[in-house]
Amino acid sequence: MSNPSKPVRPAGAPSALEVLVRDKRFRGADGVLVHAIDEIAFDVPAGSFTTLIGPSGCGKTTTLRIILGLDDDFAGHIRLPEKEGRTAVVFQEPRLLPWRTAEDNVRLALPDAMESENLDDLFAIVGLSEMRNRYPSELSLGLARRVALARAFAIKPSLLLLDEPFVSLDEMTATRLRQLLVTVWSARRTTALMVTHNLREAVQLSDRIVFLTERPARIRGVEVIDRDRSARDADWRERTVRDLDRRYSGVL
Amino acid sequence: MAVEAESAETESRLHRLASRGWAPKALTFVSLLGLLAIWWIAAIIADSRVLPAPPAVLDALHRDAVTGELWFNLAMTLMRVFFAFVTAMVIGSAIGIALGMSASANRFFDPWLILFLNIPALVVIVLAYIWFGLNEVAAIGAIAVNKIPNVVVTMREGARALDPQLAEMAKVYRFGRAKTLRHVILPQLQPYFAAASRSGLALIWKIALVVELLGRSNGVGFQIHLYFQLFDVAAILAYTLAFVVVMLLIEFLLVQPLEARSTRWRPKRA
Repeated sequence: MSNPSKPVRPAGAPSALEVLVRDKRFRGADGVLVHAIDEIAFDVPAGSFTTLIGPSGCGKTTTLRIILGLDDDFAGHIRLPEKEGRTAVVFQEPRLLPWRTAEDNVRLALPDAMESENLDDLFAIVGLSEMRNRYPSELSLGLARRVALARAFAIKPSLLLLDEPFVSLDEMTATRLRQLLVTVWSARRTTALMVTHNLREAVQLSDRIVFLTERPARIRGVEVIDRDRSARDADWRERTVRDLDRRYSGVL
Repeated sequence: MAVEAESAETESRLHRLASRGWAPKALTFVSLLGLLAIWWIAAIIADSRVLPAPPAVLDALHRDAVTGELWFNLAMTLMRVFFAFVTAMVIGSAIGIALGMSASANRFFDPWLILFLNIPALVVIVLAYIWFGLNEVAAIGAIAVNKIPNVVVTMREGARALDPQLAEMAKVYRFGRAKTLRHVILPQLQPYFAAASRSGLALIWKIALVVELLGRSNGVGFQIHLYFQLFDVAAILAYTLAFVVVMLLIEFLLVQPLEARSTRWRPKRA
């Protein structure tokens, strides 16, 4: 039997992001040492959309933070797609600067070389053309998330990380935003890794889904979804979710 | 019928006035008028040299304004307030932010801070004059030293309250040092800076008067000391009021517009 944690690499696609994290522990707020990750190893092929899914508190966000370089206290290694490339992130919270307008929030993230970049298309595609001069306090959570998405795509990243970007939105807004993400991502294709605990969301958006176990996290399996996104109708989605749910029962 | 129409018109006019922002200002005016009335009535009842009525104070004000003495002394005090304020804000902010960011530095210097917070202003002033002589630098330094610990405490709170989430965002999006300081850190410290300046100005000018009383030969504090020896309460009140008016002008013409500008992104309270 093959080691389920061994990276699965589809033929022909060069891996863009390689992640290996072993034995990650951290001290919780109550001072107790938490063994968050046993061993997680996976690849994200270039230009693909991969989703990391698992139960709450299984180290998904920790993995993202390690990839982002916000946590360097771990064993293992991370190989980013391009050495000089930029990594963009959409956090669980929009994390906008409240004292800057929506447009300034996006513009401030731009590298110096792109400073005067025309952002009209980007704002149009995320549906914020009318909101560019609003302050974050004047935006709903859904709109603020759009700004965060715009900021992430604006820097033309070689890697895009998304940490439960649609959590705590009402279902209608979340659905609209997921479609929006597919649209923007298709237009400005980049290697993407999303963390979620919503299987329906994962099935709708991903090329590959990496299932994690409970804490301390290991990889339970990797599913490749090669159906075209436009062909993923509600029926197919429900069937796939049911099927995955049965095979990975207890994961979520 | 006509009365009704008229009252409706008055009401709408009042409403327009309120929407233009005049109603709150009118209220402030009425409130100040009330204070003046209380003073005047008390002066009439007391009927004594120690509590002169407003016209007597106005007289004293006019007397010193004509000779130019009032303006000169106001300017001297204002100069000391200005330099002490700038010194205290710069040094206090730097120390406060450093302590807020480093837990170990804070643990080490916290006892010092408590000590300085509790040294009476008078002691600092007297020691400054003894050690550095009766000069301008000692005077301004003494005022600043009295204020610095308060600025440190406020700015330390500000530095502690910095949002780590925004710092992470700035790191991932490679803001760099200058951009992070200007767009992420300083705006978060702004309310603390404003609070420190506010309480700072009020405290500093009060201490400045004591400094002048003890070791300078001009300024509002010196004049008040002089009129105290002459037992001229009207002149004492005249100088006090003149300086309060100056400070109010600074507040309304400088501090508040600046603050309104730097907080324009905040949601307006309904």
